[in-house]
Amino acid sequence: MKRAMPSPSRRGFLKQSAAAGAALVLGVRAGGVVAAAADPNAGEFAPNPFIRIAQDGQVTLVSKQPEIGQGIKTSLPMVIAEELDVPWQNVRVVQGDLNPAYGSQGAGGSTSTPTNYEPFHRLGATARTMLVEAAAQAWGVPAGECRASQGDVLHEASGRKLGYGALVKVAATLPVPDAKLVQLKDPASYRLLGTRVSGVDNGLVVSGKPLFGIDTQLPGMLYATYVKCPTLGGRPVSANLAAIKAMPGVKDAFLVEGTDNLNGLRAGVAIVANSTWNAFRARKKLQVQWDEGDGAQHSWAGFAAQAQAAGKQPGAAVLRKDGDVEAALAGAARSVEAAYTYPFISHASMEPQNCTAWFKPLEGSLELWAPTQNPGAGQALVASTFGLPKEKILLHITRSGGGFGRRLSSDFIVEAAAIAQKVNAPVKLTWMREDDLQQDHFRAGGFHFLRGGVDEHGKLVAWHDHFVTFANRVERKGQDGSVESVLQPGSGGNLSGDEFPARWAANCLLEQTPIECRIPMGPWRAPGSNVFAWVIHSFIDELAHAGGRDPVEFRLELLGDKDMVAGTGERGVPYNVARMRGVLQAVAEKSGWGKKKFARGQGAGVAFHFSHRGYVAEVAEVTVSKEGKLTVDRVVVVSDIGAQIVNLSGAENQVQGAVVDGLSTLMYPSLDVEHGRIVQTNFHEYPLLRMPDTPTTIEAHFLKTDYPVTGLGEPVFPPLAPAVCNAIFAATGKRVRELPLSKADLSWS
Amino acid sequence: MSKYTLNVNGKAHAVDVEADTPLLWALRDTLGLVGTKYGCGIGACGACTVHLDGQPARACQLPVSAVGKHKITTIEGLDAHAKHPLQQAWQELDVPQCGYCQAGQIMTACSLLKQHPRPSDAQIDEAMAGNLCRCATYTRIRAGIHRAAEIAVAGKGKK
Repeated sequence: MKRAMPSPSRRGFLKQSAAAGAALVLGVRAGGVVAAAADPNAGEFAPNPFIRIAQDGQVTLVSKQPEIGQGIKTSLPMVIAEELDVPWQNVRVVQGDLNPAYGSQGAGGSTSTPTNYEPFHRLGATARTMLVEAAAQAWGVPAGECRASQGDVLHEASGRKLGYGALVKVAATLPVPDAKLVQLKDPASYRLLGTRVSGVDNGLVVSGKPLFGIDTQLPGMLYATYVKCPTLGGRPVSANLAAIKAMPGVKDAFLVEGTDNLNGLRAGVAIVANSTWNAFRARKKLQVQWDEGDGAQHSWAGFAAQAQAAGKQPGAAVLRKDGDVEAALAGAARSVEAAYTYPFISHASMEPQNCTAWFKPLEGSLELWAPTQNPGAGQALVASTFGLPKEKILLHITRSGGGFGRRLSSDFIVEAAAIAQKVNAPVKLTWMREDDLQQDHFRAGGFHFLRGGVDEHGKLVAWHDHFVTFANRVERKGQDGSVESVLQPGSGGNLSGDEFPARWAANCLLEQTPIECRIPMGPWRAPGSNVFAWVIHSFIDELAHAGGRDPVEFRLELLGDKDMVAGTGERGVPYNVARMRGVLQAVAEKSGWGKKKFARGQGAGVAFHFSHRGYVAEVAEVTVSKEGKLTVDRVVVVSDIGAQIVNLSGAENQVQGAVVDGLSTLMYPSLDVEHGRIVQTNFHEYPLLRMPDTPTTIEAHFLKTDYPVTGLGEPVFPPLAPAVCNAIFAATGKRVRELPLSKADLSWS
Repeated sequence: MSKYTLNVNGKAHAVDVEADTPLLWALRDTLGLVGTKYGCGIGACGACTVHLDGQPARACQLPVSAVGKHKITTIEGLDAHAKHPLQQAWQELDVPQCGYCQAGQIMTACSLLKQHPRPSDAQIDEAMAGNLCRCATYTRIRAGIHRAAEIAVAGKGKK
């Protein structure tokens, strides 16, 4: 095999001059972070890395989290602005680079809000406390007599007022108080939180200004694309590189040796050109001899046959065993058996994967511009793959054109880093859409073999789920240094032994069997939950109907009277039953559940799900024409994500988007696997929902409860699909047990 | 390579590219106008929508050699002050999530409003069906178009 590039671990990063990297040490860039508490010489007040106030009163807040469309670049700075007590129009928000001074910077699992909400209050309150103290000193009055209000400090007794800008010099000389001890505002006095605020970058979005990773432009920049084996997990042996290099605008073409990590740097062919199109044109002429590897045996039909066989056997692992399911089923008044199936799907973010990288050999450093949800992991993967110290890798977080979990993976970053080391210029790697679709880290497909029973009162007495999932073989290091080969289920393909209704069903058996494959998998919006909720709440609905029960009443009875149910086992999470009952009862009330009369072909369905700290219940109302065309007329969503909605516009946008994305994912996307390859190539074969299918009415309600404030990027997504499918059953008597829905015949007569 | 003169946003631009280069990449890589987005490269998603003599066109499907003297308008040239009613409405109603598709949505919606100044939901559905939004902000795009129609009518009233 011709190897145009040395193996990554032997790259000479460490041999490069260490001294030259000093200027790249994170945190000293212009517009970056002030490490010291306050620097009176800087002419501005910067009590922490997130806040800078200039002498003209302009407030600059740093958004440390990646913005992927979840609205975090607007909402977290709002939290600081609220406590700082400044008018929002005085605030400018800038995106922070990856920097240890900011703490954790990943955007995944709807964690940005819960992990930062209170600390961000304290950041703002700390600055406000210091500004008040500065004014008190200027006036020679006790700080307790002064208060902050919308960018000024007031001393009401004397009618004096000073703007924050005028206080900057004095405030910058004061000691920074302990953030844990500063006084936070009374939520009743909030002026900004809970209002509707338009996204801080909307002006740039609607005028087409450079904003996204793919918009990165640098002087002398080259353009690359990267081609991997269509049979997933394979590698290139040779390619017509000479012919490719002779094509218009092509600067270089070479093989890249990858690592064994399916989610890391995978082997491929890089094409570097003087424009994106010249790289893409050459890519279409690329001929590669592939070593396809074991993945060539994979087909969806083969997987399905394997799953059917596995489903007839005991599971490879028992995740939970409570009571005696067999006895309970034997004694049940009614029992139901059903198989639920869903395919692999791609993330299909609108902005294809891309990353710009600039390797500077003299400094031994790498500068990256990446649309990533997980900048720290990207830096770590580049560091470990090439033996480069993390402090030599400067990563600029750009806006992402959609995330959905795709950009928690860092494959596109490590590929750009590999290519940049071969070319003596900044280089922007852009994946073609076809590669983006086919070389994803996919949402795993799955098969659930379910049995359940109800007693003579229609009460759930038995629940059995044998989940057949997909797994990659990985090497895992033991504590004693030994290495063992294990099957690791794909992200979201690992059922918890606590998954509802486990812990509630007295007789409960959860089993799991993995199918080994070479298909890379990764987190997809609300991993696991995005499809487990569909399986679970569809089957609960089947059991409710088998027992002749109202679907809401059946679920309330199942939830029971306890307010809390503790987590069990390693992956157990406490479940606040009272909060779930709250949203379920509220959605029944707000939707008018049970009070509407539906004609044949129309109906309502309900579902709830707890994920990512959020409690959400949804009711969908649908119309199915005699010919089987589905229209979702109305969706009512009740969410309990704690005591405060941060940005009401952003929150409602997430609810509306999650509902429509949930409907889209239910109806359309599906990937076929043949010869280990993804069959679908582009959007014409991988349809997603568009404007005409969008429900006309989506109602977003929030229950404010006395619990910590949590995130909303994911938890509204899971209940949508089962609510719609349960409504379809109510309308037509047809039960949807296989995704996507577009394959189902919903016609009725 | 050959030299072509493109009329983009009211100005003539010389570009020196291969004849088959799609307008999309001439705009983005050669002219640095990156508001027009690459989504699929096959004309299936609408992210690259521009106007060709006022009509919506897919820039990824239009070779530079075929553009000729036709006038191209991109999102950057929609309004000199970025105050087109659609741009105002999009900000007022906080339409974008990730925002990647929105330039294409706005360019398509602009053509719709020229044809139907007060479009019905059905007309919006039909006109916008070619534009994909992966964040699924369709609810707000629909509302944004209605709001832009109001702004445009109010603006005309003032004149």
